[in-house]
This record gives sequence, C-alpha cells and structure tokens, in this order.
Amino acid sequence: MGYKAKFRIWRGEAGEGALEDFVVEVNEGEVVLDALHRLQATQTPDLAVRWNCKAGKCGSCSMEINGKPRLGCMTRMSTFTEDETITVTPMRTFPVIKDLVTDVSFNYQKAREIPSFTPPDNVKPGEYRMQQIDVERSQEFRKCIECFMCNNVCHVIRDHEENKPAFAGPRFLMRIAELDMHPYDVADRKNAAQEEHGLGYCNITKCCTEVCPEHIKITDNALIPMKERVVDRRYDPLVWLGNKIFKRSGSGSGSAKSG
Amino acid sequence: MTQTTAGRPTSEPAGRKQRAQIKARTLRTDRWWVAPAITFAALTSFLVYGFWAIFDKSYFVEPYIAPFSSPCLATSCPEGARFLGLAPFGDWWTLPPGFLILGLPAGFRLTCYYYRKGYYRAFWLSPPACSVAEPHGKYTGETRLPLILQNLHRYFFYGAVLIGAVLTYDAVLALRDAEGNWGHFGLGTAILFINAALIWAYTLSCHSCRHITAGRLNHFSKHPLRYKMWTFVSKLNARHMLLAWLSMYSVMLADLYVRLVAKGIINFPFA
Repeated sequence: MGYKAKFRIWRGEAGEGALEDFVVEVNEGEVVLDALHRLQATQTPDLAVRWNCKAGKCGSCSMEINGKPRLGCMTRMSTFTEDETITVTPMRTFPVIKDLVTDVSFNYQKAREIPSFTPPDNVKPGEYRMQQIDVERSQEFRKCIECFMCNNVCHVIRDHEENKPAFAGPRFLMRIAELDMHPYDVADRKNAAQEEHGLGYCNITKCCTEVCPEHIKITDNALIPMKERVVDRRYDPLVWLGNKIFKRSGSGSGSAKSG
Repeated sequence: MTQTTAGRPTSEPAGRKQRAQIKARTLRTDRWWVAPAITFAALTSFLVYGFWAIFDKSYFVEPYIAPFSSPCLATSCPEGARFLGLAPFGDWWTLPPGFLILGLPAGFRLTCYYYRKGYYRAFWLSPPACSVAEPHGKYTGETRLPLILQNLHRYFFYGAVLIGAVLTYDAVLALRDAEGNWGHFGLGTAILFINAALIWAYTLSCHSCRHITAGRLNHFSKHPLRYKMWTFVSKLNARHMLLAWLSMYSVMLADLYVRLVAKGIINFPFA
C-alpha cells in the first residue's frame, strides 16, 4: 500500500543551501532512492543525486539519512514510520557539488598516495604460491565497494577538516593493512601507515565498522591489526631485540621475507 | 615496481567548494546518547567500587581472598592471604596491598582496544556517537603523549596473563576449607572459578593476544599451530566487548562477595 512520505532534503550548491520539505508517494518494497527518483520525476527535475546500480554494490548513492551515513538504494522505506519526516543530506565530510552529490576526489587522491602491491624482485608474476588461508584475511577487505561512508563518518576528518592532509581515513588504512598482510608484499607499510597516512589519529571508536554496508570488520580486522604491526616496528623494544638477536630481516610480519 | 604517489591534497579555494553548511550537531533521530550514557554509568560505578574496595581492609577470609587485593605481597597481609606464603614487599609497605598490583589489570583495561572505544565515546565525547559532532576544537588522536602510550597495551596483556594465573590459583585454594582441608566447595569457590574463567576469556580475547599468536604473520600456512591459536583467539576476539563487560562485573561481584563474607554479612552455610 502506498502512502505520502514526508522528506526534508538538503538542496544547494558549493556548500550554500538549506533543507527543503517535500511530500512524495512511496509504495511497498521501495527504498529511499526510489522516493528520490520519484521526486525528480514529479516535482524537482533538477534534484541532483548520484546513483548507479541500485543493488548496494557500486557505492554511488552514499548519503546521510536521518543523520546516518547510508546507501540510498539499500535503505528500505519500511524501516520508517509513515508519519516520520525523513531527512536526507549529502555526506558531510566532502564538499558539495550540488544537492546530494559530493565531490569525493579526496579519496582518490588518498588512494594514489599508497604505493601499489610490491612483490620481491626475485619472484616473477606467475611464480606466486599462496594458500587460501594466507590470503583470506585480506580478501575480506576486497569486498569494499568504495562508498566512502567510512571516511565520511570518521570524526578525525568529519569534525576536524584540518586533519585531511595527514589522515588517509579508514578505507585507505584498510588498503594499507591489506597490502601489509599480503604474503608477497615487501614494501614498508608500517612506518608509512603511521607517519604518512595518520594511523595514530584513529582512536578506534568503530564508526567506520558501524556504517560499512559490506559489513567489513574494518576496525577489528584491519585498523587494530595494523596498529599492532606498527607497535612491532616502532614501539616494542622486545620485538626490536628479537629481530636483532634472530636476525629477522623484517618485523616478523614481513611476508615473503620472514614468515 | 612501486607506483609513484601523488602529492597531498591541496585545500580548495575558500567559498568555491565547501561542505554542506548544516548547523545542527547531528540530524540523527534515534536515541544515540543512550549507549554512551550507559557506558559512562557502568564505568563510573566500577571506578567508584574500585576506589572503595582498595581501601577496604576486609579482603580475606579463609579460604577466600578478594580479587582486588590478590596477590597479597606485603607483610601487612594476613598470613593465609600471602601469595605462595611470601611477602616480598616486607614491612615497609604500609599502604593497602591492592595498590601493589592493581596497576596491571587497570592498565590492561585502560589501554584495551574495546575500553578505549568505550571511554573515548562516553567520557571524552570524541565522538559521543557516530555522526554526532564532538565538542573539541582540535584532535590529534593517539599520535602524541599521553595517548601514544596506548601502544603499550601488549605489555599490560603480559601482566594480565599473570593476574589470570593468580586468580586461578586463588580459586583452586578456595577448594580448601578454613582449616586447610581439601574438598570444600562453597558458593564463594564457584564465584571465584567463574570469575577466573571470565578473566581468562577476556584476557585471551585481547587484540594484542590475537596479534601475538599469529596476527603478525603473513604466511599462516607455514605456521599451522599458531594459525590454529589465532583462529581460536579470533573467535573469542569477536566477543571482546561482551567479555570485557562480563569479566568487569564478575571481578567486581566476586570481590564484593568475599568482602561481605569477611565482614560476616554473608554467613549462610556453604558460603
């Protein structure tokens, strides 16, 4: 059964704008993105909203619904009461282009700052030998659809824009963890994570994990393990001593080098 | 082989590209403040109890010793309460014996990855809840003193393993009666065993423990035994928050129970 749903949608350009009220028909089984599309079709043809797959797999329709980062295509209207006013705003951490569409190029810039997979010089493509248990940890992180809601919700840059140059955000710290855990990656990810990508800024309050639509355990399986690896490298005298005594070339997690 | 990197993002010209200017601290409509409020109340109650317990002198009654005062390492401890019959700190230590050892479990919980989330949210409001703006003007996280010391967590983990062993030893000694004969099993014995089990579960579910077992390795297949340990710890680790709360309240209740028995307030048979 359809009903008239009340929406408050942020509309504006380049940061300047306001919340505007709308009433639009919604039907059984629909999601917030459907309602936004109906608004475009019937009342506000210039309403800007980015979307693509409508299946929760492209990460395009990230927005904030009733203050929470959500995918518009995965937020069912049935989760709201019929008399509720649903507030839809663009992601707060990134600059607005128009209405609900933000400029997420911060994320692409951060992605480019991370050196890509770096195998040892003596192992050629086709010679990699890994078992499933060696790679399944990092496979979890490959589920990421790059909706950037984790970076959006992270208070390190959401509440403190001045930290943006120093902090890569959970999505890319997870990328660093993925590479550092790779059996054949030999690049120094630990010092880089701490010094260049701001892992120390993370205070593990787990909002990234809470909002991840792919349910990746970003904090427990990527950020905290990476913090522990950084401790191995920089803050633990026993590990340092062990590396000296047993002449381990890396930190112990040094992949193809040591185990 | 390494891909070159782009430069740091440059700041956008003022006024051209800005975030949506929304004045509200949050647009969340749910009761986001409930979880941090509960955490605040629960942690505060634990701190208040701990402060009282550490100065309370009724920490030993045969065959039970209160967990907050164990191991008892000073001459001021009653003879039966001394750990392995020893008093390495001798006569000069006149403060409550709990002060000697509480730093280890307190430090373990203070630097614990779960509790950090809990008190950063509930006490420091950084942030109070997801997508709720924090009140601080500046944020440096755990990049500098004192919070960079959170990286010492693994050392407190080693200490917590010792404390777990001591609490297990205390529970085993509680299988003796007041005269020292084995075979006693009172309610206090059960409470001390349950507490020791929960303390072990919490300690072993620690993220540092997970890292030490095999988390630091990249080739699990070369270390099958460590991989099995990691798998086991990972399963516990998934419940780290639950175990943190359960063990915190179990140690508090076990401690309170022993003190009430020592004070004679609980005096029924099989106590």
